[in-house]
Amino acid sequence: MDRIPIIKIGKYLLVTVQTDVQDNAALALQEDLGNRIIATRARLVLFDISSLQVVDSFIGRLIGEIAGISRLLDAEVIVVGMQPAVAITLVELGLTLSGVRTALNVESALAMAGIRDQV
Amino acid sequence: MNSNPTATLVDQLRAGYQAILDSWIAEQKSSGASRPDLISDADLGRQCSELLSMFIEALASWSTDISQPAWERMRGTLRSVSLSRARAGWTPSETVQFIFSLKQPLFAALDGQRADADAPASVALDRLIDRLGLFTADVFQQGREEVILRQQQELLELSTPVVKLWEGILALPLIGTLDSERTQVVMETLLQALVETGSTIAIIDITGVPTVDTRVAQHLIQTVSAARLMGADCLISGIRPQIAQTIVHLGVTLPDVVTKATLADAFVTALDRLGRHVVPTGQASAPGR
Repeated sequence: MDRIPIIKIGKYLLVTVQTDVQDNAALALQEDLGNRIIATRARLVLFDISSLQVVDSFIGRLIGEIAGISRLLDAEVIVVGMQPAVAITLVELGLTLSGVRTALNVESALAMAGIRDQV
Repeated sequence: MNSNPTATLVDQLRAGYQAILDSWIAEQKSSGASRPDLISDADLGRQCSELLSMFIEALASWSTDISQPAWERMRGTLRSVSLSRARAGWTPSETVQFIFSLKQPLFAALDGQRADADAPASVALDRLIDRLGLFTADVFQQGREEVILRQQQELLELSTPVVKLWEGILALPLIGTLDSERTQVVMETLLQALVETGSTIAIIDITGVPTVDTRVAQHLIQTVSAARLMGADCLISGIRPQIAQTIVHLGVTLPDVVTKATLADAFVTALDRLGRHVVPTGQASAPGR
């Protein structure tokens, strides 16, 4: 089974979804990410979904859950680069991911993180 | 003659070609079907002579069914003439009159066969012109409908311009009533523009929106939520007092949406979020102020 890679960059974790996600790969990611956050003591997770073109309610809910799990482990998730079509779908499904931070691209996400670290 | 009426008919028409053409054009002028403001005499003459020679040519095949292949060239030309007239602003009756005014000259050229109503050629010719007239009317109507469709499309595109106010700030001035279809277009255009320009702040200005009901409010909330999901902030500006009243009376709330009275206010807020602000030029040049 394909696993979604979790990359550690300094104090951050970068999760990049490269293709359309299978349900079990997404479930595995939840588990892996939790373990990695504990192991690396990361405080910030950049969740890059810019290659994701299609979502359903399951994946939409999962994104919210990943954010929730990370927050419990004291790491913040920034959802990065959501495509317009994906955003419209999620809104129409009623999944507005309230409380989850979002960024247009990895660069602006890092800028957001930089500001946070300075404070 | 009855056994093969066409040959005689076509010969007669060919012989009287110039006379028919001249009196056709004269007929159009007298019946008011020619529009000197829309078409020059030279163009009209060329159009008529082209159509007339095609007509005689098609008639030589002696099929009075204009859907036959023999009439294909005639139909094609007639179609393009009719479509161009629909676009140029001729009235339907002027366009149909254009064909019908061919009747009189044709019968005049046939040496008064019109009087002998039983003559099969004459009757068939009469019907034929009628059919061509109807065909022209149909095509004209189609042309008009195409114009309307294209205008609708253009209106839809024109009404959703996304303008860049500053590096990282987009504005979307909405004008006119928002329905579901338009909101969909607005939403997609805005979100696409956010991705393309990498802007983090979008201002939706609804000064030009006459009414806001629950559905429009819902659409606005959706657009704002979608933009937020992509990592951009959305401000709504230009809510007029009456509209604010309506929104409150309807019991609609705009949760988590920043609203500003005017586009200028929203722009200042947007600049503020980007850590910039506008100062008078004198102050800007003086350091430490």
